[in-house]
Amino acid sequence: MTDIQIVTGNQAAAIGAMLCQVQVVSAYPITPQTSLTETLSRFIEQGQLKAEYVRVESEHSALSVCIAASSVGARAFTSTSSHGLLYMHEQLHWAAGSRLPIVLCCVNRGVGAPWSIFNDQQDAIAQRDTGWIQIYCRNNQEIIDTLIQAYRIAEAVYVPVMVCYDGFVLSHTMMPIEVPEAEAVKDFLPPYKPHTILSPDEPRNINPVTFPWRRYDDRGVLCDGYMELRYKLQTALENSAASIIAANDFFADAFGRNHGGMLWSYRMEDAEVALTSMGSMATEATTAADILRDKGIKAGVVGIRVFRPFPKEAVRIALNKAKAILVFEKDISYGYEGALCTDLKAALYSTDIRVPVHNYIAGLGGRDVKPRELVEASEDSLKIIASGIREPKTTWINCFTG
Amino acid sequence: MYEVIWHGRGGQGVVVAAQILAEAAYLEGYKGVTSAPTFGPERRGAPLTASTKISREPIRTFAQIETADTAVVLDASILKVVDVFSSLKSGGFIILNTPLSAEDLAVPGCFNIAVVNASAIALSRHLIKEDAPIVNTPLLGAFARATALVSLESIETIFKKKLPAGVVTGNILTLRDAFEKTSVKAAV
Repeated sequence: MTDIQIVTGNQAAAIGAMLCQVQVVSAYPITPQTSLTETLSRFIEQGQLKAEYVRVESEHSALSVCIAASSVGARAFTSTSSHGLLYMHEQLHWAAGSRLPIVLCCVNRGVGAPWSIFNDQQDAIAQRDTGWIQIYCRNNQEIIDTLIQAYRIAEAVYVPVMVCYDGFVLSHTMMPIEVPEAEAVKDFLPPYKPHTILSPDEPRNINPVTFPWRRYDDRGVLCDGYMELRYKLQTALENSAASIIAANDFFADAFGRNHGGMLWSYRMEDAEVALTSMGSMATEATTAADILRDKGIKAGVVGIRVFRPFPKEAVRIALNKAKAILVFEKDISYGYEGALCTDLKAALYSTDIRVPVHNYIAGLGGRDVKPRELVEASEDSLKIIASGIREPKTTWINCFTG
Repeated sequence: MYEVIWHGRGGQGVVVAAQILAEAAYLEGYKGVTSAPTFGPERRGAPLTASTKISREPIRTFAQIETADTAVVLDASILKVVDVFSSLKSGGFIILNTPLSAEDLAVPGCFNIAVVNASAIALSRHLIKEDAPIVNTPLLGAFARATALVSLESIETIFKKKLPAGVVTGNILTLRDAFEKTSVKAAV
């Protein structure tokens, strides 16, 4: 029988981690932590999940514990938000550089100064260049399903995965989700096979100081230098797209839900205006597209699911017919524009897609984003384009200064 | 989409009431339900809100409610500090915990009114937590009566699922009692 539960995003993630039979959970349990790890600790306490729960004094240590656990062959999980993720920054690099398939839930929230506990995506976007795969979820169903897919992807390509979902908007909002059967998840997720096991039986030094040039090891084998290792990480990220798509397709076959692989499209078949976004704002955009269509404007949505590796090929196909592209995002790359917009435009540069791309910044620090505001922004964009202006200044929605 | 804002004070069970309504509505066949607390920190005793959205189709907006179809007020003293009516649709329902009758209430604008003395009903059923009556349960009964959107049966099913076994009967009796004692005055 289908198991439908009405749960928050945090509960969905906790159930997902339990279904993945994670073996080590490490977390800093105080602000900016969420109810996700609290729920997981209860599952472990009640014996529903056989895992080691390691409480630590900081997020830096939480990820350090996951790195150690993953290095000795355990499936490791952690979650955090905002400043917790920033505090993990160093270890994010270390996890990716070590090619450890750790999965981390980032409950997206703003960062200080000034203090904010509310939602935006600046925390995760600021970790863009750490070598992690980043997947953004549009609703609570996608959180649990993506978390399950994340381990399959991570353990296939030996790259850690950050599953991102909007704080409060999803993390604290209850909605119905279908909970996959435990046995089916077991079949979907083969056991984790570490690339190297750190064990007392076979002592070895992992990640020693690596010199600029390749060097022979004690057995006379010519080993990678730093640049080769970096190139391999980059190649792994680029190639991971195939594993991400395969995991999505296999999941769709097994569980009947297809979340779109690298991205998803909504009413794009004949769309002239494409609204693009990531996470819950992309869901709001689908409602906005319906409203625009009721007004006679052919609108559709491209929801970017995977931000790293960036879905260059997929956006070129998805946006092929659009006459205007609007990018709505909850982050800002200070001194330029939204990070998604920059990447999206770069993906189109070498193609024949030469349409206006407008960038909208919205919802920073938890400011509510309503579908009608996305509708108004879209109508403004169409007016601006009609007046002959191709590239207006990045617009901050619902911001009352300047 | 049908939107409900629950107004109360921290500790009164506002968030739980919003959740139970969402779950009961799902049982009634509404595929789209969400419930959410006020986003941010909460304090005992401070005014706060929670929301329930109910729809035939899966919900594709998580934005905060601008104007609700129904406002449920767990603590009438809230009306002095929060402009409950500004976030209520004209012609919408206000459901109040009050000993007053609907006729005695001065309500600004065109609203349907439902009243129930939730505190007295909870006390009479010994539904008490930390010396205060548990008012969210009777207001769920008043909601069912006023809007006919969910049945008592669905709410009771959720009580049986969510509440500790020892308190289910007391809550069900309180719910039914409040349903019977709710009086409704249609908007003029």
